[in-house]
Formats: sequence, structure tokens, C-alpha cells
Amino acid sequence: MTLLQIDWFFAAEKLILIAAVITGALIIAMYSTYAERKVAAVIQDRRGPNRAGPFGLLQPLADGLKLFFKEEIIPTHANKLLFVLGPSLAMLTAMMTSAVIPWGSKLELFGRTIELQIADINIGILYVFGVVSLGVYGILIGAWSSNNKFSLLGGLRGASQIISYELAMGISLIALLMVTGTLSLKEMVEQQQNGHWNIVKQPLGFLIFLVCAFAECNRTPFDLPESENELNCGYHGEYSSMKLGFYLFAEYINMFISGAIMASLYFGGYDIPFINEATLSVNTAAGLGAVALLVKTTLFIFLFMWVRWTIPRFRYDQLMRLGWKTLIPLSLLNMFITGALILWRSKSN
Amino acid sequence: MATLTNRAKPVSRKPMNWVERIYLWNILKGMLITLGHIFKKKATINYPEQKRPFSPVFRGLHILNRDEEGRERCTACGLCAVACPAEAITMEAAERLPSEEHLYREEKYAARYEINMLRCIFCGLCEEACPKDAIYLSETFAPADFSRRSFIYGKPDLLIPDPKTEPEKFQEAKGLVDQRKKSKA
Repeated sequence: MTLLQIDWFFAAEKLILIAAVITGALIIAMYSTYAERKVAAVIQDRRGPNRAGPFGLLQPLADGLKLFFKEEIIPTHANKLLFVLGPSLAMLTAMMTSAVIPWGSKLELFGRTIELQIADINIGILYVFGVVSLGVYGILIGAWSSNNKFSLLGGLRGASQIISYELAMGISLIALLMVTGTLSLKEMVEQQQNGHWNIVKQPLGFLIFLVCAFAECNRTPFDLPESENELNCGYHGEYSSMKLGFYLFAEYINMFISGAIMASLYFGGYDIPFINEATLSVNTAAGLGAVALLVKTTLFIFLFMWVRWTIPRFRYDQLMRLGWKTLIPLSLLNMFITGALILWRSKSN
Repeated sequence: MATLTNRAKPVSRKPMNWVERIYLWNILKGMLITLGHIFKKKATINYPEQKRPFSPVFRGLHILNRDEEGRERCTACGLCAVACPAEAITMEAAERLPSEEHLYREEKYAARYEINMLRCIFCGLCEEACPKDAIYLSETFAPADFSRRSFIYGKPDLLIPDPKTEPEKFQEAKGLVDQRKKSKA
């Protein structure tokens, strides 16, 4: 069926995939809030939410419902357009990143081969970087338009933090790109499926990337933009109701996406460890691969939470010193060593 | 300066070594500690379903006792009201009629017996003062209500269930009272 030179099946298939990914991301983000509270509780020898539904499983629904029923307040001195734009942008950019992540290999349904990736663009990882750096505008615009000193300080902190850590993140990624020789996430995952996971080749690079990912997601110990005790919740201090919910939600979606990206870049993406996918049927391999990716992502989300309930927040000067004086030189060193090794191996061959 | 306890530890001021400065190792150690806490016994209990056992000397809301035949023990002598430091107890005495012998144990009884639970400090002096074993502090606590008025407990609120008409409820309430007696003896 071709109408207007468009393959409508292709469009439908992509639309379904987009809907599935967004729904999945939202559900995972919802249950991340539940998981966060449970993890916090068990780490602090408590029980956590257990009243709403069995094991408190309906708690995220109750929380969401509560947020919807809260009073919607837009401060009189706030710039109304930007005030609404802030959380929407935060949510939008959080969602957009999921477009280039390969969620599985491919399905064969009704004689069609369906790639389990919304867009396999050849600059996938650059796209991720572009969108993630847009993400800070959500924080910045919301903070600025609140017309509140604390919010503004939080926004400033967020912006300068993301600028500082994006550098180290990018440089650590350059080393990875030199090893893999591709910018497409799909190709990277396929390379890892056939060879070693990239974590073996780039352990230091992964460590730097991980630390930077914590900073990019505004997670403890880098949650300075929203530090409760000195900035009174920082950039979302003036927000209430579901607009606050959007900010909080965006943080959890970011966590999920960055977990998926780290799994794809360094831990083989949808590669199932110790199993050769070629022995399985295509559809089984795709299904199991998606599950493997989800498990890896969940482990990363758990790591994010585990770290949050272990270490306290950095002081602002410590954050800047770590970013500029430690991580950037380290990532440069990592890039240099990687380059030297590649050169040496190509010479010796 | 002499220390008050022998638990004081001197503060270490030696500069951090290389491993400590990169901090990652210490983060890892901290994370292992928090991981260990995941498997520890929880300090919290599921409160309304599960309750912690009270100490045997716990002093909760009052209960007016009956004897085995279901007759009220209180004779309205007023000793509890005299003993009460918070002046929370009020009562009115009445004389038992010949037809009421199955209701009251002795010739005099309390027609009205009120304790203001907002005044009460739960010291238990009324229990100690009572010569007739008529008033006890039970293990019930934490009442909640919307008006001050409803915190003045009258006889219907205070009396233990009748062992003849409601034997199970009586035993339930009685069990607590007996436990307390045992621990005092």
C-alpha cells in the first residue's frame, strides 16, 4: 500500500513503537518513584510504602492522583508562558532521547522485519547529546520564570553543572567512538554482540561517563540545582500540582534513559550475556534481548538510587573542582591512551 | 580537661592519603554498608495490624472492673478522686435498692462516674488508691476525637464488659487486667 509515496505500514509500525516506548518509559518512571521510596526505606531499615494495594504497588497511582488534585499555582510575578514551558520542556527532552536507543534487535511479524528502534540515525549518540543538553533549558526556563531568588540560583547551578560535566562526558565518549568507529547506537550494540562489551575496552571511560551521567540527571551527589536544605527545592520551588510532577517525572525518565544509554554503550545493549543469539529464533532473540536491556537498565536505576541513599550532596566548589580539575583531565588522559593504543596496534599489524 | 566518659575518641587530623583523596574507594565502602542494611531486620512494624507488646506497667485508659457475677465493684468511696493529682475524676454515689443486688456488689455504688481523659495524666494513683480493686489502667491508648466533650468518659465508656452477657469481651479485657495484677504481685 503506497499512498503519497509513503509506506503506511512503516509509519504505523513506527507510531506503535513510539507509543510503546513512551508508555513504557512513563510506566517505568512511575514505578521508579515507588522503587526509590522502597530502596530508601530498606536502606534505612524501614518498610516503605505498603498501604496502597498489595506491597504498596498502587502508590505511584495514588501519588499521581494526589498531584493532579493539588492546587495549580502560578505566582503573580512569574512569566506565565515560560513558567508553563519549563516543565513541558523538561518532560519533552526527557522523552525525546528514547528515539535512538535500540530496544531490541528485530521482530519478524506478518512477513515484515520490524526494527525495535524508533530511528536508527547514523549520528545517534550526537543526537542524544544534543537533546540532553537541551534538557537543561527546562530547568533553566522554569527557574528563571519563577521570579524567585532560590529558584534562579538552582537554575544557574543546574546550567553550569551540566556545562561542566557535558565536556568530560563528551571527551570520555570520544575515546569510545575511537574504539567503535561509529556514532550509531545500533551498530555499537551489534559490535558488542559479536565481540566484547565496551566496558572491557573502556573501563575508565565508563567510570567518567557514569559520574557525568549522575551529574546530568541531577541525582545525588550532584543534585545541587534542587538542594532542599539550602535552596528550598531550587528550580522547582515555586511549582505545584502536576507541573511539579512533570519535573520530578522528567528526572526519573532521564534516569531510565541514561541507564539505557549506558547499557547500550558499555554493557552490550540488548545483548544477552553467555548466549549466542544466532541459535535462537529471530523473534525470541528480540524479546529476550529487550528483556536483557531492561534488566541492565533496571540495575543502573538501582545504582542511581543506591548511590543517592549512600552519599551526601557535594558542596558547589567540590562539584566544580571534580568536574574541571579531575574528570576533564582524566577523560583527556583516557582519550590519549586509547588513541595511542589504537595507533600502536595498527602499527604492529 | 577530664573526659566525662571513656568513649571519647581523638579526632584524626592526618592528611588524606591518595586512596582517600580519589574518594571512589570510600564511596564503594559506604555503598557496601548501605547494601548490608537492605538485608537487616526492619525497625518498623506494620502498626495498626501489628502492635508492640506493652511493658507490664503500662498505664493506658481506665477500666471499671466487675466481679465474677458481673456486679460493679465500685462503691463510690471517692478515694480515687482524692488521690487524683489532676482532679480528673468525678463521681456521684447512690444507694443500692433491694432489686439491684445483681448489679452492684455492695450497698453503695457510683451512679455517675466520669474521668476527663484530657485532664488525666495517667499516673495510676487512682488504681493504687482503690480499696475495692474497682479501677484499673488498661492497655488501650491513643483515643482520638473531634470535641473536648467526648473526652469525658462516663460509666458506659469505662465499665468492663459484663462476664455474663459478653463473656468473650470480658475475658479479653480481664486478661489484660489479670496480667497487670500478676506483674504487680
